[in-house]
Amino acid sequence: MKLTVNGDTLTLQGTTITDLVNQLALTGRRLAVEVNREIVPKSQHGDYALQDGDVVEIVHAIGGG
Amino acid sequence: MSDSLHIAGKTYQSRLLIGTGKYKDFDETRQAIETSGAEIVTVAIRRTNIGQNADEPNLLDFISPDRYTILPNTAGCYSAEEAVRCCKLARELLDGHDLVKLEVLGDQKTLYPNITHTLQAARELIDDGFKVMVYTNDDPIVARELEDMGCVAVMPLGSLIGSGLGILNPHNIKLIMEEANVPIIVDAGVGTASDAAIAMEMGCDGVLLNSAVAHANQPVLMASAMKKAIEAGREAFLAGRMPRKAYASASSPLDGISR
Repeated sequence: MKLTVNGDTLTLQGTTITDLVNQLALTGRRLAVEVNREIVPKSQHGDYALQDGDVVEIVHAIGGG
Repeated sequence: MSDSLHIAGKTYQSRLLIGTGKYKDFDETRQAIETSGAEIVTVAIRRTNIGQNADEPNLLDFISPDRYTILPNTAGCYSAEEAVRCCKLARELLDGHDLVKLEVLGDQKTLYPNITHTLQAARELIDDGFKVMVYTNDDPIVARELEDMGCVAVMPLGSLIGSGLGILNPHNIKLIMEEANVPIIVDAGVGTASDAAIAMEMGCDGVLLNSAVAHANQPVLMASAMKKAIEAGREAFLAGRMPRKAYASASSPLDGISR
């Protein structure tokens, strides 16, 4: 399915957020994920089935004041 | 002597709060922050690079949430809506951690706070259970409103973010402190150690800075200077300075001089 992830179009091989995180080689990283502007808690990443056209944001902590 | 800083039910020995932006690399970040003695460390929340190297280091591997109180900020947000969204992402990212630094900016030239949006975002965040440390201007009336609303610390600017111009309106900061019942932390504008010491001598509860250390020629050395400046300024405040006088007053006895 096609998703928009952090503004870029991406084809997901799989269905869940965990599949997406693995595909992006972000496994095990400290992340937060929004789907269509709603936060999906980490505990649900393995079960949450993404839909074609979903808009996903994945964020992390970086340096800042 | 016990002289600790209390924010949202937690006690801190250091009154220096420090940012993690603009360093050369994560090693320098870690060294500077360790040297500064800070216990509260700000971070920004940004999109993960898609297609990044899987081995790319992560800030929180260097600045551990087990060791430091991580204070996610909303830097870069120009509306209440964006800032609230950012805080919710930060809370999810940090496993329910609800202490945040709210800053809603007005424009890119000044990074001055947009107070209308700041007040709105603070209200929404507090209603949602966040503990809000809020970046604001040096207006005592706005500071009071933010405190009354339930912000856990009010953080007026000394001068513009990243300007290094020091505390341009100490009289306003004093007006804010006179009325405040929450910690008042000077956030933004500190350029060098004396600026931080001045803030503390005035009686501020703490100082939050980033550029002054990260943009020093030797950031780790400046972090050490800031630690000392904060401690010296605090002790000077507690000691109570002598009154200013217009004329001289000799320190050595005037009697018994050999003539």
